[in-house]
Amino acid sequence: MAEHHSSYVPNTGIERWLDARLPIVRLMHDSAVSYPVPRNLNYWWTFGGILMFMLVAQIVTGIVLVMHYTPHVDFAFSSVEHIMRDVNYGWLMRYAHANGASMFFVAVYIHIARGLYYGSYKAPREVLWILGVVIFLLMMATAFMGYVLPWGQMSFWGATVITNLFSAIPVVGDPIVTWLWGGYSVDNPTLNRFFSLHYLLPFMIFGVVILHVWALHHVGQNNPSGVEVKDYAKDTVPFTPFATVKDIFAMVCFMILFAWFVFYQPNFLGHADNYIPADPLKTPAHIVPEWYFLPFYGILRAIPDKLGGVLAMFASIAVLAFLPWLDTSRVKSGRYRPIFRLAFWTLVIVTILLGYTGSQPTDKVVLSLGGVTKLDMVGFAQILTVIYFAYFLIALPLLGLFEKPQAVPASIADSVLGEAKAHG
Amino acid sequence: MNIASRSLMAALAVAGLAFIGTPAFAAGGVEHPPAQKWTFSGPFGTYDRAQLQRGFKVYKEVCAACHSLEKIAFRNLSQAGGPSFTDGQVKTLAAEYKVKDGPNESGDMFERPGRPSDRFPSPFANPEAAKAANNGAVPPDFSVIAKARTYERGFPMWAIDIVTQYQEQGVDYITGILTGYEEAPKGVTVEPGLNYNKYFPGNKIAMANPLVALFDDAGKASDPGFYTDGTPVTREQVARDVSAFLMWAAEPKLEERKQIGAKVMLWLILLAGMLYILKKRIWSRLDGAH
Amino acid sequence: MADQSMSEPNRRDFLLLATGAAGAVAGASVVWPLISQMLPDASTIAAGAPVEVDLGPIGEGKAITLKWRGKPIFVRHRTKAEIEASRADDAKITIDPEADAHRVKAFGGKSQDQWIVVYGNCTHLGCVPTGFAGDFGGWYCPCHGSHYDNAGRIRKGPAPKNLFVPEYAFLSATKIKIG
Repeated sequence: MAEHHSSYVPNTGIERWLDARLPIVRLMHDSAVSYPVPRNLNYWWTFGGILMFMLVAQIVTGIVLVMHYTPHVDFAFSSVEHIMRDVNYGWLMRYAHANGASMFFVAVYIHIARGLYYGSYKAPREVLWILGVVIFLLMMATAFMGYVLPWGQMSFWGATVITNLFSAIPVVGDPIVTWLWGGYSVDNPTLNRFFSLHYLLPFMIFGVVILHVWALHHVGQNNPSGVEVKDYAKDTVPFTPFATVKDIFAMVCFMILFAWFVFYQPNFLGHADNYIPADPLKTPAHIVPEWYFLPFYGILRAIPDKLGGVLAMFASIAVLAFLPWLDTSRVKSGRYRPIFRLAFWTLVIVTILLGYTGSQPTDKVVLSLGGVTKLDMVGFAQILTVIYFAYFLIALPLLGLFEKPQAVPASIADSVLGEAKAHG
Repeated sequence: MNIASRSLMAALAVAGLAFIGTPAFAAGGVEHPPAQKWTFSGPFGTYDRAQLQRGFKVYKEVCAACHSLEKIAFRNLSQAGGPSFTDGQVKTLAAEYKVKDGPNESGDMFERPGRPSDRFPSPFANPEAAKAANNGAVPPDFSVIAKARTYERGFPMWAIDIVTQYQEQGVDYITGILTGYEEAPKGVTVEPGLNYNKYFPGNKIAMANPLVALFDDAGKASDPGFYTDGTPVTREQVARDVSAFLMWAAEPKLEERKQIGAKVMLWLILLAGMLYILKKRIWSRLDGAH
Repeated sequence: MADQSMSEPNRRDFLLLATGAAGAVAGASVVWPLISQMLPDASTIAAGAPVEVDLGPIGEGKAITLKWRGKPIFVRHRTKAEIEASRADDAKITIDPEADAHRVKAFGGKSQDQWIVVYGNCTHLGCVPTGFAGDFGGWYCPCHGSHYDNAGRIRKGPAPKNLFVPEYAFLSATKIKIG
């Protein structure tokens, strides 16, 4: 909201002195206190703050773990056990970090779904959205490399399978894989570089997050009605205390979920096989990635061709970046788009089901009609993959042309007051 | 509830039905091991000290001949939240073991009696020696075995497990294996060197029934005084005790974790309640607020 | 912006304070694990348990260096002449005055003054001094030129204290327990 002027007034001499030299207090004031937020934001909008909290929590626990971890194939597994057994509160740090990764993805998927539903990717928020896609990709890379570090069976074989994806690239595929490994297989050099990058990437995420927030504060937040702010006095409230208290409340609620896993179910989201030290001569019977990769893993396995599968998997994420131009509707919020809503919830269910197919053996039979026509996991995943891409490439472009949206309120204030009246 | 959350509920319900609709994954004749009652399950669970001590005796006299426990130090046996042996007992116990140390001044490795700070020495010098002594199968290390073994829970059980906090698949599985040896059913041939076990994936396990050391064919204890605390020596009891010990070995900070967890939960819920009221108050200043 | 007037400022202020306090307690209790994880862990503490040292092999006029808790410990078997020379200097110690008799321990009612057991780190900045060297026949620290006598007392140079004597006791005439 470029036209929104700074309301910071330095009161003391020191504040005036600093403000003239480095207006950092003004920056904090304008972006976290007086920053106007649409007054009709619902709780789905609190996940940005929750994600910021998770990023900081992961960095803090990660830095602590590095103080005790040894990135060497002979010691990695033992050093993790050393953290769990000997280091003061080491079990807490490690469980918080491992489950924190999962919680981070829970929050980011809700954050992405909220953006999809309310059309937050549309003009003028295209750059904001694309920065979000970049953060998502960096998160996936970070999480993948982090999972390799304990050097259990899933670490090792996950690293082997995922790095081998690059061998699908024609001509240069194999040299690239050798380069990634730093050897002829996943081994000590691989572990060392993954450790280095796992430490580096979160700070890159932090950098892109700053850009993401900058872009957000420049264009202003979208809101459930999808109508842009027209009158600051009527349509917005200052960030502090209104959004602050709401965000913190939501954050604490989210921490309850987080703590539930850390203290009561710390291994629920992990794999038992990763408590077996890595063995390059023996693959576990059932290799599955962490739950947050499952939908994409499902798409990978749906395509029977090696290169095709890899391309489809990367395309399923890359397509998000083109959303601002694929969605042709002039109405932003799904609240006023009945057919879009149907398509959106189909996408949500399809993505969950794709994750299910990714978690199951490929030859498992999903549906059997009269014992003759059988549908196995691969076939099921293929159907789901088609629907997934159809949402982005067919439904969104066409819906904008053919769908008849419901009446959109004239302003944010109207939408709030209208709802208040309806609720009596 | 607004439209979004109502729709989300509906979506989750539909997705849930889709899972239930798929036939369960059943591989051959493998049964799920029955769920045992454990003192350490649930949000306030604690280990049964006497059970851990009995379980350690079983490990030491039955399992330790083949299975190492290399992440555990003798001193762990007397730490809080464990079997609670006394420091004196641990010192005596450690001294019974020969630990490799060195090199000394003349450059030779030597053996000395164990100290509480030493970790349990492995029964084999290296994995190759273990393999050679065991028909080509390396007996796994037992330090984290209770977390490294599991069985498929399937839908909807895994979702229910989040709420009930059931997470004892590993110990249940170990108890199952120890009590799951039986005659192979008709039509199933068990190759030499393998044994039939109804809870082992694929049913054919390389390890012979380890409890034959303690029980005769009829299941009668060869030494009824094996337990010194008066606990009856039965197959099931011995299996459960050693499983519980292995759970402690894998998760020695379980009690501390759950105790801190209860405080954290209580505090977070309190904080959330206060924040909710504060949020309501602050937002009530707006006209037309909801 | 929308109306911001407060309807019940006092009750809200109290709630705000209470919530803030509860949040601060939560924050503070997160800080403790983060700090205490840097303290010595359980395996380090266990590895630093007391050790027994056999004095038998250390002949008169000889010394050994052993490692305990990651630090060198000097065990020196003094000759009669060395003990006498050290005692004679008792009055000349100016930097950290301490009698030779205070640097040794007794066993079975008899002073074991032939045995000097000290941490092998210079009390200046922690370097390891060289044995049987320096102006006083004790130790000499090459880092900044501190001279110690054969009882480990600082005689010359920048070090402020005598070499520290670890906690130890005689188990027999030829065996000590350090720690």
